Amino acid sequence: MLTPSPAAALSIEALGHAFGPKRVLNGVSFALMPGDFTVLLGLNGAGKTTLFSLATGLYAAREGTIRVFGIDLRAHASECLRRMGVVFQQPTLDLDLSVEQNLFYHAALHGLSRREAADRAAAEAERVGLGRERLAKARRLSGGQRRRIEIARSLMHRPRLLLLDEPTVGLDIASRQFLLDHVRRLCREEGIAALWATHLIDEVGDGARVVVLHKGEVLAAGAAAQLVYETRAASMRAAFETLVREREAA
Amino acid sequence: MRPVHYLRCLAGIVTREGLRFLNQRGRFFSALVRPLVWLAIFAAGFHFVLGVSIVPPYETYVPYEVYIAPGLAAMIQLFNGMLSSLSMVYDREMGSMRILLVSPLPRWFLLTAKLLAGVIVSVVQVYVFLAIARIWEIEPPWYGYVAVLPALILCGLMMGALGLLLSSAIRQLENFASVMNFVIFPMFFASSALYPLWHVKEASLVLYDLCQLNPFTHAVELIRFALYGRLEPVSAAVLAASTIVFLALAVYGYDPARGLIARRTAE
Repeated sequence: MLTPSPAAALSIEALGHAFGPKRVLNGVSFALMPGDFTVLLGLNGAGKTTLFSLATGLYAAREGTIRVFGIDLRAHASECLRRMGVVFQQPTLDLDLSVEQNLFYHAALHGLSRREAADRAAAEAERVGLGRERLAKARRLSGGQRRRIEIARSLMHRPRLLLLDEPTVGLDIASRQFLLDHVRRLCREEGIAALWATHLIDEVGDGARVVVLHKGEVLAAGAAAQLVYETRAASMRAAFETLVREREAA
Repeated sequence: MRPVHYLRCLAGIVTREGLRFLNQRGRFFSALVRPLVWLAIFAAGFHFVLGVSIVPPYETYVPYEVYIAPGLAAMIQLFNGMLSSLSMVYDREMGSMRILLVSPLPRWFLLTAKLLAGVIVSVVQVYVFLAIARIWEIEPPWYGYVAVLPALILCGLMMGALGLLLSSAIRQLENFASVMNFVIFPMFFASSALYPLWHVKEASLVLYDLCQLNPFTHAVELIRFALYGRLEPVSAAVLAASTIVFLALAVYGYDPARGLIARRTAE
């Protein structure tokens, strides 16, 4: 199991949330270490988006604790948000603005100077292979390209923790693979911790860590290979199905 | 976060709002056409129907077009405030509001910056309107154009803060139609924009009291007096107080721990 640690990039302890009488998260605990690529795996309605909304401060966490590099989100939201890059499930680019203008806007929201913003926009757009589209209107980009720019944007302020909520929804196979490879590379080469929420089991991949979320509860957390071994399953898909079946039977 | 970060953030939000406005030429065009239609058609029609006696700040009888011009300037700002509110609801539904709200700067600052950006856009629109309105011989003294600037900023802040408050309370984009019915029209018609309040008083005392309580009346009067280089202190005070109340309620509405946003279901 991943255990909370003061050195963790993200540590979530006993997190719960309810919308009125409906409980959507219950006693959720897990942690991400720097450099970890962790997949938050769950079916639609498992509570992934609620967890993201709580971790980014869009909703206030009333039960449990969220810490970013040991800093309590509730007490020091600003310090936590500075260290965090976010890609939301919904597309959030301003389609009437150019790619560069979108990146500049984000940089300004994080207090970066114009020069820093220009340098980083050029570098990040280049890294996702869209350096030549910097002046194009976001509306003219394909779905996959828009997602790439959203990842570039989330890195503009050089966060050490990256939260991505179902970033590959609606994308073709090549775009999905590009995004996965890019984020995995960021984790491996730059030590960024990434939490990648998805319902697509084949995105887990080798060497990833997994947190299985089902109906608001963590069923298992750890290295993917370890989970497959512990459930005596033949694959991650079979391990996931076993975990869900056991919980439903309990 | 140091003051320079706040300034950069404000500049970024203002730039984005300006770019969006320039990119949406239809919005700019309709924002100008609306008051000009009132001026060219409505005012011409009522020119001989509505007699406007000498009321301050005017020192003589004025044509009806001159009387309603400040109200139309305020109308531009009212629509702008409500459209900003609409765009906030749209942003929230479309997700781009999240990008604003995950900025490390405090939420009250982000919302105030968003408000200021809208005010700047609305002030530019009013000046363009006032320039075109000279065709109808609406020609305040030159210093009126300078004196009206702080009045327009205060009015824009009040109406933008009201728009922000509404955007925190509106659940869905579709509900925005009711804003037209229950906010824009009552505010505009129950004010001194189209007729002097002494006319209203003769018709109904209750309506007269309502008009007096309406912050939009004070926006119109502040602009009207400022255009002739005079300050209307009661209106300025009412607008300042309304702005503070609306903005405080809007910040509360957007507070994830307590406000209206927190009570919404997400999934």
